[in-house]
Amino acid sequence: MMNFSYTRAETIADAVAAVAGDPDARFIAGGTNLVDLMKYDVMKPGRLVDITRLPLREIEATDGGGLKIGALVPNSDLAYDQRIQRDYPLLSSAILAGASAQLRNAATTGGNLIQRTRCYYFYDVATPCNKREPGSGCSAKTGVNRIHAILGTSDACIATHPSDMCVALAALEAVVHVEGPDGQRTIAFADFHRLPGDEPQYDNTLAHGEMVTAVELPAPRFGQNHTYLKLRDRLSYAFALVSVAAAIEMDGDVIGETRVALGGVAHKPWRVPEAEALLKGKFATRELFGEVADRLLQGAKGFGDNDFKIELARRAVVRALTQAAAGAPQVQSNKIVN
Amino acid sequence: MSNIHPYVGRANTRVDGPLKVSGLAKYSAEFGAEDLAYAAAVPSAVAKGRITALDVSAALAAPGVIEVLSHKNRIDFPEDDEPFKNDMVAVPGSPFRPFRDDKIHYAGQAIALVVADTHENARYAATLVKATYDVETPNVDVATSANYYDPPEKRDGIPPPPDPRGDAKGAFDRAPIKVESDYRVVAEHHNPMELQATTVIWEGDGRLLVHNKTQGVVNPKNYICSVFGLDEDKVRFFSPYVGGAFGMALRPHYDVFLAVMASLKLERSVRLVLTRAQMFTMGWRPDCLQTLSLGAETSGKLTSITHHAIQATSMFEDYQEPIVNWSGLLYDCDNVSLKYELGKVDTSTPSDMRAPGATTGVFALECAMDELSYAAGVDPIELRLLNYSDHDQNDDKPFSSKELKAAYEQGAERFGWSKRSFEPRSMKEGHELIGYGMATGCWEAMTMPHKARATLTADGKLEVACATADIGTGTYTILAQIGADALGVDIAEVTSKVGDTSLPMAPVEGGSWAAASAGSAVKLACEALKEELLKHARGLDNSPLANASLDLVTFSNGRIALKADLAKAVSVADVLKSAGVEKLDGEAGYAPDEEFTKKYAGYTHGACFVEVRVDEELGVIRLVRIVSAIAAGKILNPLTARSQILGGVVMGCGMALHEETKWDKTLGRVMNANLGEYHVPAHADIPEVDVIFVDEEDGSNPLGIKGLGEIGIVGAAAAVANAVFHATGKRVRELPITIDKLL
Repeated sequence: MMNFSYTRAETIADAVAAVAGDPDARFIAGGTNLVDLMKYDVMKPGRLVDITRLPLREIEATDGGGLKIGALVPNSDLAYDQRIQRDYPLLSSAILAGASAQLRNAATTGGNLIQRTRCYYFYDVATPCNKREPGSGCSAKTGVNRIHAILGTSDACIATHPSDMCVALAALEAVVHVEGPDGQRTIAFADFHRLPGDEPQYDNTLAHGEMVTAVELPAPRFGQNHTYLKLRDRLSYAFALVSVAAAIEMDGDVIGETRVALGGVAHKPWRVPEAEALLKGKFATRELFGEVADRLLQGAKGFGDNDFKIELARRAVVRALTQAAAGAPQVQSNKIVN
Repeated sequence: MSNIHPYVGRANTRVDGPLKVSGLAKYSAEFGAEDLAYAAAVPSAVAKGRITALDVSAALAAPGVIEVLSHKNRIDFPEDDEPFKNDMVAVPGSPFRPFRDDKIHYAGQAIALVVADTHENARYAATLVKATYDVETPNVDVATSANYYDPPEKRDGIPPPPDPRGDAKGAFDRAPIKVESDYRVVAEHHNPMELQATTVIWEGDGRLLVHNKTQGVVNPKNYICSVFGLDEDKVRFFSPYVGGAFGMALRPHYDVFLAVMASLKLERSVRLVLTRAQMFTMGWRPDCLQTLSLGAETSGKLTSITHHAIQATSMFEDYQEPIVNWSGLLYDCDNVSLKYELGKVDTSTPSDMRAPGATTGVFALECAMDELSYAAGVDPIELRLLNYSDHDQNDDKPFSSKELKAAYEQGAERFGWSKRSFEPRSMKEGHELIGYGMATGCWEAMTMPHKARATLTADGKLEVACATADIGTGTYTILAQIGADALGVDIAEVTSKVGDTSLPMAPVEGGSWAAASAGSAVKLACEALKEELLKHARGLDNSPLANASLDLVTFSNGRIALKADLAKAVSVADVLKSAGVEKLDGEAGYAPDEEFTKKYAGYTHGACFVEVRVDEELGVIRLVRIVSAIAAGKILNPLTARSQILGGVVMGCGMALHEETKWDKTLGRVMNANLGEYHVPAHADIPEVDVIFVDEEDGSNPLGIKGLGEIGIVGAAAAVANAVFHATGKRVRELPITIDKLL
């Protein structure tokens, strides 16, 4: 790890100014990912601006009937918040499916959004990686790529975004509040993370110096018809091979609006509105869920080790939609997939 | 009252437990000195080739840097291989030595050592060392090795496959029932919690005190003195605690070599702690390709066994394990052909990892036996009983003891094996298919020569000492139990000492031999101490024990008394006082009974039973129950013994379902060299594990015990794989059994 300077910001404006004015500066909050990356020499910020003292730890009701979650709310506090558990159980479930209790205690809401890929090559500075070193090449495409993307990949990069929480936030159509040197703005969740294209060094659409200040949830609408189904290489403490966040509006036996987001398969949580629309006004059937899965996975492409993810994702989507339609969400403390 | 004898055989909590949980137990990276410098090893970026240029200028200019060592400015060491083979776990070939020259043998090989005033400065400066390389294409996959060969020089202590018996091929061709399959056990790394580390304390006048993570202090001391030409009287290795090793700390690694080199060059104390990624640049359980062919009569009685294994080794050494021998040992069969070959890869040399050979070979054999059970339509346990061997056909001798039938019986009873329906995919609940699987385990019951000392002081305290290691197995505790029983004292009055070259000699702690060997040596040393005490007791004025021999007296609570009349006694304190000494010693050596080992084959056995549930559609595997029934002689301490079996079983579950070192085949680098991506089982993966020790009488050593460190893992992975087959009807022959293999 290289030497770096450390300052503690007292206000959001100070924090933003400190980072925006220094191309080598980074915000640090929980540090559960950034400190690892610094130890591996993958990220070498010359200056860390500690934002943990900023007043961003509240979960507040919004005028629209939703909740606004401060960027510094720890993942564990968020998962166990009574309002989240009651009105957004999908979000609580997705958070508890990720990491470990210790990591969830330290990790923050904002940090979860901007955590970086766990691509093996991104972490190994002795290997070419376009995300770490633009133009150096992508080793993963022909290398060890079991955990890599099958959707939205580019010649330059096949990395995935590793978050569980973000898959649920994508399904819930959250809005990200950011503040930068040019003021405040909001970003629809679907537009927050990006596909790698030929600039995989950018994980998301934040400008340098912009800070996530809150994540806003729209008013709750899915009741118990949701699930977060995560499939991985061991039953705890592993990133998703494939995960599915599903939420369905049920009107008796008839399906209203549906949201399905996939994790572990792309550079961002993967949603296809046309796939979700296939269910509208229909009765829940396995065949129909299969059609949704096929549409979601249209254009999916494997790179060898991860070929299996296409079929696995298809089956996971069908199971998750079945769980959600039945109002029988996956319980994260129970490793039996219901 | 705690001093109720005997302690041996009773559950005693770990005597070192309080020190460990309170952080007072010092590990090798925790010793220090005022002049301590901190080192960091610089890893090679490429897997094969030569260093064409090494630029250390930026590193030397970095804050706090004292020196950067490499092949260009290292201190002299011998060109010959021989001094580097002063390592009791060395294998045939040319031992690796860091900084020998500009050649790169494997990715991550240490190419430079930065020494600085702080750990952080050393680590940072290590990133500034810039090497350029002449790169060659590596091969890290044994399946694509240039050729396979029978190692010309055999590894010391590892039996090569026995000669063929009967006509395996003819019998296979004629057999009405045949199974023939290929299996692959992939590469694994040990991944103990404690990183490999060495702290060298420079004591001046050429004296070194070395704290090195090792499974036996004598071995690295001999090696270091040999390669650097040091005076053995001036070097002491002291490593009282080891945070897990599993075989990886049997051989001296580059941490001790480089730390000592830096200390000698700089004439100051140096500490080198390797990184987690660097833990993947040394010993590993090698990748192994296996083919097993079984021929049987329609009853299931074996008529032919052929087992062929090809295992990976490094380019510079022929590491070897007994992989195929178990197939000639475990079952009664007159036609057996076994073959073991090596294939070279561009990696570090593999090393022993928990039950080396058996873990890999018995996996294939026990899966093949399961395949035969379906081919013959015979229950897996019945099939094993039908082919039960009460005679070691490899060496043509009887077993010293073998209560495997009791292990099958008691394990099956506890597990509820009788509720199993025979057909695969025949048991189901909800989305999940249910599978019951079992497998046999087997490991050698070895002992090795050990020396020990027992010392009693006037205050009634006993110290038992042996240079062996406690790598987390409970050695401290069982030695204290043995000593407390021998001298009749409360275990609270007993101190065990291990891990120090100033103590009586012991070899490395491995092969599950430490408890039986060091334990026997301690018992004999206590007997010698008692003789010494009695000799002095007899010489007391008007001694009530004047004519007593050792068999007529008893030692209890600081007194020596006549068994026939306990009132006739002397106190140990009086004995020492009249002898004019503060303490009395007894020293003794234990060596295996060669007559006995010539006559008998010594093995531990086990039977592992597993229930899995597999989501039929998604391939998610859950272990639900495990029973491991073990026959391993007398059990010294059921608590520490159970922990050994639990650890072995959990590691076997990891082997079955999770563990795999993944190399990039083009770059030759390990890509999952961390505990996030190299998966070992998490708590959620492991169900209740029920351990049974069956009664077994064995006469091979004074304590009647066999080792337990390894038997728990042998067969565990096969039991899981067999259960997965029973559940799903899918036979996965390449580990680990991950979701994709069940879709």
